[in-house]
Amino acid sequence: MNLLVGDIGHLSVIVAFAAAVVAAYAYFQAARGRALGEVDASWQRLARGAFLVHGAAVVAVVGCLFDIIYHHRYEYYYAWSHSSNHLPLKYMISCFWAGQEGSFLLWIFWQVLLGVGVMLFNKKWEAPVLAVFSAVQAFLVSMIVGVVAGGLKIGSSPFMLLREFLTDLPVWKTNPNFVPKDGTGLNALLQNYWMVIHPPTLFLGFALTLVPFAFAIAALWKKELTAWVKPAIAWSLVGGAVLGVGVVMGAYWAYETLNFGGYWNWDPVENAVYIPWLVLVAGLHGLVLWQRRRTGLRTAYVLVISTFVLVLYATFLTRSGVLGNASVHSFTDLGLSGQLLIYLGFFTVLAVGLLIWRWKDIPVSPKELTMYSPELWVFVGATVLCLGAFQVLFTTSIPVYNAFMGFIGIKTNVALPADQVAHYSKLQLWMGVGVGLLSGLGQVMWWQRNDKESLVNALTPSVLLALLGTALAVLLIRYNQFTISPAYVLLFLAGLFGVLANLGTLFTLARRGIKLSGGALAHLGVALMLLGVLASSGYSSIISRNVSGLLYSREFSEDINRDNVLLYRNEAAPMHGYSLTYAGQYFEVPGLPGYVNKQELFRTDDDYKTLARNDIKIGNKLYFKTGDTVNIVPENTYYRVNYVDKASGEQFTLYPRAQVNEEMGGILASPDIKHFFSHDIYTHISGAPDTRKDKQWSEPKEHTLSVGDTIFLNDYFAVFRAIEPAHETTGLNLQKGDLALQADMIVSGEQRQYHCHPVFVVRNRLVGRVPDEVDDLGIRLSLNAVDPVKGKFTFGVSTAQKDYIILKAMQKPFINLLWSGTLLMALGFGLSLRQRNSSRKAAADAPEPNALPEPRTRLEPVA
Amino acid sequence: MKKSHIFIIAIIAVAAGIILSTTADASVYVLFGEARQRAAEGNATKVHVVGRLPRDPQNHPVGLQYNPTVDPNYFAFTLVDSTHVAQRVVYNNPKPQDFETSEQVVITGAIRDNVFLADNILLKCPSKYVKKDLKGTEVASK
Repeated sequence: MNLLVGDIGHLSVIVAFAAAVVAAYAYFQAARGRALGEVDASWQRLARGAFLVHGAAVVAVVGCLFDIIYHHRYEYYYAWSHSSNHLPLKYMISCFWAGQEGSFLLWIFWQVLLGVGVMLFNKKWEAPVLAVFSAVQAFLVSMIVGVVAGGLKIGSSPFMLLREFLTDLPVWKTNPNFVPKDGTGLNALLQNYWMVIHPPTLFLGFALTLVPFAFAIAALWKKELTAWVKPAIAWSLVGGAVLGVGVVMGAYWAYETLNFGGYWNWDPVENAVYIPWLVLVAGLHGLVLWQRRRTGLRTAYVLVISTFVLVLYATFLTRSGVLGNASVHSFTDLGLSGQLLIYLGFFTVLAVGLLIWRWKDIPVSPKELTMYSPELWVFVGATVLCLGAFQVLFTTSIPVYNAFMGFIGIKTNVALPADQVAHYSKLQLWMGVGVGLLSGLGQVMWWQRNDKESLVNALTPSVLLALLGTALAVLLIRYNQFTISPAYVLLFLAGLFGVLANLGTLFTLARRGIKLSGGALAHLGVALMLLGVLASSGYSSIISRNVSGLLYSREFSEDINRDNVLLYRNEAAPMHGYSLTYAGQYFEVPGLPGYVNKQELFRTDDDYKTLARNDIKIGNKLYFKTGDTVNIVPENTYYRVNYVDKASGEQFTLYPRAQVNEEMGGILASPDIKHFFSHDIYTHISGAPDTRKDKQWSEPKEHTLSVGDTIFLNDYFAVFRAIEPAHETTGLNLQKGDLALQADMIVSGEQRQYHCHPVFVVRNRLVGRVPDEVDDLGIRLSLNAVDPVKGKFTFGVSTAQKDYIILKAMQKPFINLLWSGTLLMALGFGLSLRQRNSSRKAAADAPEPNALPEPRTRLEPVA
Repeated sequence: MKKSHIFIIAIIAVAAGIILSTTADASVYVLFGEARQRAAEGNATKVHVVGRLPRDPQNHPVGLQYNPTVDPNYFAFTLVDSTHVAQRVVYNNPKPQDFETSEQVVITGAIRDNVFLADNILLKCPSKYVKKDLKGTEVASK
């Protein structure tokens, strides 16, 4: 029992909250009534101190929470419910943000760092920007204070004790200091390396949307309506890259871990990040338009503010419980919905109010945009992104409408679309078409002076090539017996045009001696992502369709896709160009490459420890000798599936996983994926005999045999080869004076022979029998009686339902385009940021702007 | 000015289109009675139905039919909605793991030939998110 660390933690939370409130007020006073860059020094000193105290307190909270997890202090609910003794260090880190409180804390922590970053890099803006920062921090910290004031619960503390949470357990009456010996464990789904880096990336992305927002608010407040754009672009570039990469990381985690058959399921929690990211990117375009071409400033204000408000809305959506059954993500409803609404309302009203107040003063461009202005097309591109975001927002919010109508007393029964993926895909596809076309058009126009002739010249090659390529692709798709809808043709054309036009832009710029353009690179990445999504999702094909020729006489047999097949152990089954064999159950052994067959391991009373039945070798290296203790991860069973490509003869093996996961409602299947250059083969099991239940063995049948006899066991031919002294392998604990015999029965299976060693022990005149199983064949033998006089041995033979799996396998063509496109996009963002910084330095070194041509080398993205 | 007006009108038109198509795609929560009525009227749009599994006195669900060795893609069960109307449901996929323990089942689909053909099943399991008992601990610490 260690109550001190929790008390320190809780106290630090309160200090962090109070300091944030003080900092917000002091920064507000420091900047109030003064022009930007001038501050009241004494208020500013107080504010800075308070913010640093706040930061130190947040670090202390983080330290305390980690201490609780690291030292397995199960007297605390957080450690008990998210961690366990068996967890390796890297997953203890993920425990930290497995709970809602910890993820708030992570978010708060990032914003402390960003606040310090603004202090260092944007000194002039410190007071007004950090006033906004501190206010946001105060709201966020209030979510984890865990104070009950006047019957009102404010926040949910991560330092709550188990006995405060589970108050009705009888154990508290007898032993109020009861501490469980082990925790309930981190949700095994989250025990994945992506879950170590994905949440911090995402929350950093969320935190980064605060920076441009705070600049916008400061600008409106201080009536410095244009100067904020420059610092805001830099921070938005970082935000766009981090959030974009975070979204795709989440998609990749889902692809590898969940079994819905893809990387994106339009789950509300996914949408909640996707929406602000789209608007953030649109806002970035607005900022760049102002910075480079002196237009679109109002748009930039609206979009930067919208991004932050959408992040708050997303937080409300995913954490207030309003989604109910609509999401598979498991954020607990902590009763914070009221607090979250106030948080959302406060900043929305503040920002919108300020914007309306200053609207007339925000400069607008005097020039009228024509069809030949790149600005117009950038603007159209940003609009397309916003409309795409609006579509997802409108559908995702359906549960909110129900909740709201219920709140005002009207009962509604609107549900999300029955087929969500089809709904979103159908509409988002058009955003994709727009993004593809405009990313190419905008980039081409941005870098040149445009009139009819120059534009036609610049666009002709990529348009012609794109048309040609699309025609070829359509022919190829038809040739391979797939169909392509007109919408897909358009999306392909748009994506290909985007790729070609951006490649052309990069090439033209290189010829003009201009460095690699981050903007063109990012747009190239986006266009590649579009093609990757179209190919891998639009043409994901199921290869596990029933091809056995058996037709089950059921209802609707004519038009129902039967996407799963049953594979018996060690029986090859044909499947769309492959032959598949299910070859047994395997365990993962930490420290050992690959997996170990369950048949090689003897289970003990400790679930995590097994004994090796034979030497375990991988290649030529001996990892375990017979009888060694082998540590395993018992909740995960891997089902070995051998693939043989019938055409090429190429072989590979996949190990889809089934995980016992009580937290997520039982057993969860995760896929295994074989990556090829042009496609992925994705396989998951959708059913198998429950590994948690003991096998159902038949009543044993007795057979009396002599050495050398043969017998049929469950249709397999077997020879009783010998009787020999039992080996000390299976944890018998043989003692002196024990008599232990084992039979050696050789059973011939389909693929190989198995030795089966049932053991017969006599100890202190008591008889013990240890049966032996051949998992592969579903046979169990026991040596029931020994007649040494006649040389007869009596065996009990039981059989079980043959082991099987139900499997679903898919092929995902060209999915690598999506991942490589993402990397290019992130690289483009990074490059833009670097070019921006170096050009700023160059501009400072050469104070003669008139002598320079229009600074086109630094030009930025277009839709 | 005129051009920007056209632009704004175009945006509003697209946004209206999005709202309309979302409204058209949105599904509804109904009872089995209404689902049958829709089927009788020839309306094949998919609906959501919330229900529970009928159970015997030992708390085992009754009427589950799944035999993977015969057909791994055929799972049939009976669901009872909040007005105690029972309906046979067919799901042409493997039986979801731990279907038996679910407290509440949400299905989407439509009735065809007197059978509710579900294309999606959402299970609400007890103790899914908040851990409220020490069971796990006792097992782990034995």
